[in-house]
Amino acid sequence: MVLGSVATVTEDETLLSATGLTKTFGDFTAVDGIDFAVRKGECFGFLGPNGAGKSSTMRMVGCVSPVTSGELRLFGLDPARHGPAIRARLGSCPQRDTLDEELTVEENLWVYGRYFGLSRKEVRTRAAELLDFAQLTDRAGDKVEPLSGGMKRRLTIARSLINSPEILLLDEPTTGLDPQARHVLWDRLFRLKRSGVTLVLTTHYMDEAEQLCDRLVVMDHGRIVAEGSPRSLIDEYSTREVLELRFDAEDHQDVAEQVTGIGERVEVLPDRLLVYADDGDQAAAVVHSRGIEPLSALVRRATLEDVFLHLTGRTLVD
Amino acid sequence: MAMATPLPSDAGTDAGVRSRARPGPRQPLSTAERMLAVFSYFLTVYRRTWRGSIIGRFLSPLFFLLAMGVGLGSLVNDRVGGVDGLPYLQFVVPAIVATQTMWVAMGESTYQVLGYIKWNMGYHAMLASPMSVRDVLRGHFLAVAAHLTTATTIFMGVAALFGGFRSVAAVFCLPIAILTGLAFTTPIFAFTARQEGDDGFNILFRWVVTPLMLFSGTFFPVEQFPGWMQPIAWVTPLWHGVEACRDVATGAVALGPFVGHVAVLAVYVAVGWWLAERSFAARLVP
Amino acid sequence: MSAPTTTRLTSLVPMPAGAGLARMLVERNITSFRHGWVALVTGFAEPVFYLFSLGIGIGALVQTVTTDSGAEVSYPQFVAPALLAASAMNGAVFDSTFNVFFKLRYAKLYDAVLATPMGPRDIAVGEIAWSLIRGGLYSAAFLVVALLAGAVGSWWAVLALPAAVFIGFAFAALGMFATTFMKSWVHFDYITLAIQPMFLFSATFFPLSTYPEALQWVVRVTPLYHGVALERALMLGEVGWGVLAHVGYLVVLGAIGVVGTARRLEKLLLS
Ligand SMILES: Nc1ncnc2c1ncn2[C@@H]1O[C@H](COP(=O)(O)OP(=O)(O)O)[C@@H](O)[C@H]1O
Ligand SMILES: [Mg+2]
Repeated sequence: MVLGSVATVTEDETLLSATGLTKTFGDFTAVDGIDFAVRKGECFGFLGPNGAGKSSTMRMVGCVSPVTSGELRLFGLDPARHGPAIRARLGSCPQRDTLDEELTVEENLWVYGRYFGLSRKEVRTRAAELLDFAQLTDRAGDKVEPLSGGMKRRLTIARSLINSPEILLLDEPTTGLDPQARHVLWDRLFRLKRSGVTLVLTTHYMDEAEQLCDRLVVMDHGRIVAEGSPRSLIDEYSTREVLELRFDAEDHQDVAEQVTGIGERVEVLPDRLLVYADDGDQAAAVVHSRGIEPLSALVRRATLEDVFLHLTGRTLVD
Repeated sequence: MAMATPLPSDAGTDAGVRSRARPGPRQPLSTAERMLAVFSYFLTVYRRTWRGSIIGRFLSPLFFLLAMGVGLGSLVNDRVGGVDGLPYLQFVVPAIVATQTMWVAMGESTYQVLGYIKWNMGYHAMLASPMSVRDVLRGHFLAVAAHLTTATTIFMGVAALFGGFRSVAAVFCLPIAILTGLAFTTPIFAFTARQEGDDGFNILFRWVVTPLMLFSGTFFPVEQFPGWMQPIAWVTPLWHGVEACRDVATGAVALGPFVGHVAVLAVYVAVGWWLAERSFAARLVP
Repeated sequence: MSAPTTTRLTSLVPMPAGAGLARMLVERNITSFRHGWVALVTGFAEPVFYLFSLGIGIGALVQTVTTDSGAEVSYPQFVAPALLAASAMNGAVFDSTFNVFFKLRYAKLYDAVLATPMGPRDIAVGEIAWSLIRGGLYSAAFLVVALLAGAVGSWWAVLALPAAVFIGFAFAALGMFATTFMKSWVHFDYITLAIQPMFLFSATFFPLSTYPEALQWVVRVTPLYHGVALERALMLGEVGWGVLAHVGYLVVLGAIGVVGTARRLEKLLLS
């Protein structure tokens, strides 16, 4: 019962919707008229590089940043008028942990629960369950400051669940964590999803988006450039496989013309060439037969990274 | 970054100095060079930050001069015509000179030092160069002495304009004030090197600095206190600083007690220095 | 505790939203202070040191002081009320400036709070209320010490504690308001620049009549002067209708501070 309401998931119940959602800071437009809708029980992602406008969007959704223009509805309510009522039903993990470092791990949960007006008794029982969920029970009485990055992130997530939220907002949940800590966290998020909590997350890691999201939108410069499931996006915007070639060259632009005509498409990056082909091994064979000798040749499956590259001409992580 | 300042060339020929820039074995720095290198680092920092310390450093003592020396002074002068035959202002000004050095010492030896130890790792950067803990301390103490000199000189100038000194001999307050300031600086450095957070500083301010200011014969002679309290003043450095400054400023130096005051201050500096070297070594190069 | 005042104010002045949960922030601060109780306990020491030092030392020199109302009182009786007012100011300002700045800019505490149903008004009211509780404890402790030291001259002094809460309210609210404009620790020098002269010059250690006429008017404008005058009237039993003017002045300043703080927080945090 830790994970809150496991109400019957009626299909197509839209909890969150935005049309023409815009955020400007002065004359800079951070979010430029985006449309999206999140259904109950799904995991919805915003994938985009730094500065794409993901956090600005999440802060508006979290009702801590007023909408500049466009329409935003959560549970059918308008954040401008029902901010506190909406926030009472949300869980929110901001990009930067905002844990209370003057308090212990369990006090963080108690105090935060009280901000929702929960009774002391309620807060205590929920906190105990959530500590267990976040695998922090043996650190309950410790100060927050010395915890590892992964533990702090799990505590933030546990804290955001104290009010049994219907939607959990996660802004870059695993950025800055080591691979092992990321996997632990992903496992926790899977459990949440299975228990029926609607997840809305942002990330600039394509593997994270692929692992967690049922549906996602690709954001760049404040706009949505593509939308769909990870699989459908890859099918639509990339070939099945990719051949990565590295040469002993200062600039890979110089060697790019040697491979023209191989595969469906070639992308040139400063340090390598990407040859898009449904059969990567066959493309590698063609390269070989032309007498071209790269330092290394690697065949891999296409990812959302390739989708992003195709859509914007840039890589996700710079 | 700290050591980028040009070094004085007394330790070698020009060629010797230049050869230090080349890879390979080089001539060791002299003690004076090392100390000045550290000193000039702190001078560089201060050139950027001096504005921030203006208020605490120069206005605070002036406020005390006006409130206590002039305001409270008019009450005291009205009632009893001054203290020990002096107008109240002239009684209190030398004491503020000494007290100010305690404030400067606190300002320079608490948060800042812990910052270099813990937050920006400034000392570690120095210790990665040919500097030893001893050099770093010497250089930093020299920098604090420079602060003490500037702050005291400016305040004494202003106080003189208000007629705070009876005799020109008051200029000798300056060296005594610097000694008093160092008598606080060296032990506080030792204390700071043993701190983890700023809790200790709050306690130091509340339970040491403020009481010392109030109970060291600053605003009235300690003889006003019950007899059993007076020996407490005798062991605190501030009382000795205040008395020595007052003796000099009024031109009424009784040799025996005066030498005693200076000796106590010197002992504080020396013992503090020794403790500081020990706790710095323990903290920085464990 | 100050919630009723501010709720009524909302109908007059535009005031950002809150969820009526300000007490939860007070609770948070109490929880936090369980870890740092030493700082809390030692906070009241400073005025006590002043009382004993100046009370005894200067008291022995001047014997008595003629107050601005013409009464002749002992020096400890003269400074004790002023020190009570000053300690109410110091306690309130310390909490509402340094501590709030840290929470606002470094710990990002309020960002977490605003992600819950709580609003900017809850933060303003909660933090100021906490300052008052803390300041009130210090004032009470000081009052007991002053009583034991024989520096209290009238039964009116039982009102000195609520009066100290008014002083704390004015300074906590103004201090927090000022803090919302600060960008770095360097700016705290301005707080010191305001507080220290007030502490020294608000007829604290010598009567107002010491000043030349023109300066007296300057002193009368400062909030601490009204605090000192209020406490002195109560602890010496020289109570007249003027007392209400002092209270009114402090309450108005405090109300400006609360509303200003809430609006600034809204602007800063809900961007
Ligand atoms: N409070 C703000 N004031 C001004 N510009 C901002 C503010 N917040 C974000 N921005 C700008 O908006 C753009 C999008 O930022 P953000 O939403 O944080 O992107 P992301 O989370 O995708 O990295 C960035 O260029 C950023 O500099
Ligand atoms: Mg972001």
